[in-house]
Amino acid sequence: MNLIGSIIAISLLTLLALGISASRDLSGVLTAVVPYVAFAVFLCGFVYRILKWGSAPVPFRIPTTCGQAESLRWIRREPLENPAGAWSAAGRMALEVLLFRSLFRNTRVEIAGGRPVYGSAKWLWFFALLFHGSLLVIVLRHLRFFVEPIVPWVDALSALDGFFETGAPTLYLSDAGLLLALAFLFLRRVVVARLRYLSLFTDYFALLLIAGVAVTGLAMRHVFPADLNAVKTLTLGWATLSPAAAGETGILFSMHLCFVFTLMAWFPVSKLMHAGGVFLSPTRGQANDSRRRRHVNPWNAPVKVHTYEEYEDEFRDKMKAAGLPLEKE
Amino acid sequence: MSSLKIPKPDELIKIQYRPPKTAWQDTPVEFRPGTWSYAGAAKNLTALGLPNPRAWQPADLDWKLPPDWREIILEGMKERLEKYRSFRLFMDLCVRCGACADKCHFYIGTGDPKNMPVLRAELLRSVYRRYFTESGKRFGRLVGARDLTVDVLKEWFYYFYQCTECRRCSVFCPYGIDQAEITMMGRELLDLVGCNINWVVEPAANCFRTGNHLGIQPGGIKDMLEFLADDIEDRTGVRVDIPLNRKGAEILFVAPSGDYFADPGTYTCMGYLMLFHEIGLDYTMSTYASEGGNFGLFHSHEMVKRLNAKIYAEAKRLGVKWIIGGECGHMWRVVNQYMDTMNGPADFLEMPVSPITGTRFENARATKMVHIAEFTADLIGNGKLRLDPRRNDHLRVTFHDSCNPARAMGILEEPRHIIRSACNVFREMAEDTIREKTLCCGAGAGLGNEENFEMRMRGGMPRAMAVRDVVEKFGVNRLACMCAIDRVTLTSLMEYWVPQVSVMGVHELLANALVMKGEKERTTDLRGDPLSL
Repeated sequence: MNLIGSIIAISLLTLLALGISASRDLSGVLTAVVPYVAFAVFLCGFVYRILKWGSAPVPFRIPTTCGQAESLRWIRREPLENPAGAWSAAGRMALEVLLFRSLFRNTRVEIAGGRPVYGSAKWLWFFALLFHGSLLVIVLRHLRFFVEPIVPWVDALSALDGFFETGAPTLYLSDAGLLLALAFLFLRRVVVARLRYLSLFTDYFALLLIAGVAVTGLAMRHVFPADLNAVKTLTLGWATLSPAAAGETGILFSMHLCFVFTLMAWFPVSKLMHAGGVFLSPTRGQANDSRRRRHVNPWNAPVKVHTYEEYEDEFRDKMKAAGLPLEKE
Repeated sequence: MSSLKIPKPDELIKIQYRPPKTAWQDTPVEFRPGTWSYAGAAKNLTALGLPNPRAWQPADLDWKLPPDWREIILEGMKERLEKYRSFRLFMDLCVRCGACADKCHFYIGTGDPKNMPVLRAELLRSVYRRYFTESGKRFGRLVGARDLTVDVLKEWFYYFYQCTECRRCSVFCPYGIDQAEITMMGRELLDLVGCNINWVVEPAANCFRTGNHLGIQPGGIKDMLEFLADDIEDRTGVRVDIPLNRKGAEILFVAPSGDYFADPGTYTCMGYLMLFHEIGLDYTMSTYASEGGNFGLFHSHEMVKRLNAKIYAEAKRLGVKWIIGGECGHMWRVVNQYMDTMNGPADFLEMPVSPITGTRFENARATKMVHIAEFTADLIGNGKLRLDPRRNDHLRVTFHDSCNPARAMGILEEPRHIIRSACNVFREMAEDTIREKTLCCGAGAGLGNEENFEMRMRGGMPRAMAVRDVVEKFGVNRLACMCAIDRVTLTSLMEYWVPQVSVMGVHELLANALVMKGEKERTTDLRGDPLSL
């Protein structure tokens, strides 16, 4: 049901894009107003969510440790798995964000011969990394639409990305990587029964929306070439805050824009916010130093305790009988 | 529970990982006997001043909730979202990648999809979305939101008391989302309307009043320890002292009470007493702070603080310099993550320095509390103990990393160092089942009761099977561990799945090998089993 729902949502979005591209007025809105609205929603929403999370206190140190703690001098410790200070905590976070360290640990389990058997399972790690890496490269490559002259490193990145020079125009590795990874992540959700069971509408919708962006983008590059001059005029207009009227950019471009702006506006209220939230995770970002350094809980709740005096008052006779020392005879 | 029908191991292992036909939102919970725990008794709730004490059981149709239970829960949720970034973030951050799904021992052992940490968390998240997010208020089920109903509350109860807060899922989560944190919040919310289990409330109530889980009064503690001293004398010919409530001692020693009241923990306790006697440690134990374990952790943060407060208060009253803590799992989770923040600063204590080796325990500079495995590993590392590992030659040992010290602290090498020094045959279990990936005993977090037996055996199955592996490969016959709850619950787990293996603490192993001044020739180990010298 969730899968069907998200396919319907994507179809509606496509129809909307078709409708917009058929009307000159609506096209104007899509290319002149919506970009700013979507970007503003994205930026403000992102900042709002981060501030909202960040404003909640972290009363206790609760890092999940994944290796030997700093202990006796002669015991080898693992600072990147069990950080003892801020620097190693930062290193651990970098490993997590850049290399998806925790997913690399992934295992799978099956019952074989009457017992669970664990195996290495790096597929999710591989395709997740491929997906995010490709996405990053693609976003950076798009900078060439927004700056003039094009900064050299963007060109260099594009050249590197198209290193194998297959097809004309050259197929970018990141494009292929993104499609492959999207296909894996999507099929995994559909095929693996337990993942299908836990997946919500939003899980499919996120993947399909990004796939919509990617497919329309690739189609414009490889199948139905878009007028790049018209596109660049438009995007440069956005960047210089003087949106020009759209030239003949085509239906695919309208669809591409519709998907991209939907993605941007939806980003802050969706699970895609993990992009910012991961940095705030108390189990990953903190050092395991709560025995070494005092941490203060800003709201440390007062509680009713049972004092020694109350204890001795209740058990004095019994303590005396057992020959235990007393505060008051 | 003799009246319960417990499946045989070969039936129980037939686990289907096929989710039900109906969506999880539409699949109500079924309280199947053997898979849940009895409700907290009214007298225990009253003793702790907890809300809504009454007679009820989870299988009842009517849970006798207060009329405004929904408002209470939602208000409690709001408060906790403001107090804990972990809670707020973990409600929002999940992408449902499913990496955690087959990491939970309860999922592996039951195949119940709601035991996948991601889905167990969704039980709470769905309500969070419905009442605390705009999209949830507007789009409802489309964005995974649902109303808070009595059925949802019952589902929370069933599954949050089917999570041992072992944190294994957190190791594999790309954002470190920790089901233990979510379970703790879920249990706190349930506590607000008086829905908790007796195996969690009774130890907490006892601990609050008498200082320990079993409710043993001062004389009883003394008797039990004297009894252990008699046993030690019988085995070794050495009479050890039992210092209790002694002012002016250098060190306060706090053990989990499971170690002096329940076999096989008692042998571990004998190990502590023998070790301290042998090195001539100036220490005392306390009847008031006679518990290291803290069942508050399975209740609420407030309860953690209330029970933990005794340790510093007693250290101050007795005028000790610093504290050593025994082999206990969640006690160390509390000491490491909460104690100093909740009940510190411990500025009336001194920097822990081993009086035998001079080692300064810099890693315990603030809390002033040292784990006995650190303390003993340091003694061995500095050659201060005479050990004869041949005395453990009748044992072929494997080691179970207890979840809490492993994943909340990272105490992994210290116990291994002690074990390697104290015995000749030590075999590790499979890589995916030890250290930070260690599997739970299946009954931590207050689930170690008899009426919950089937679920315990299911949850503990992955651990038991990893033990069975080394039994078949290496002939292992002894499972060492570093937690008092483990010592009790792994014992019944082994009886069920791997009966040829028994359970021990690390300091029992050490004490077997410990050569004491003035001892007689030892012919048996601490359990009275003959040595094979």
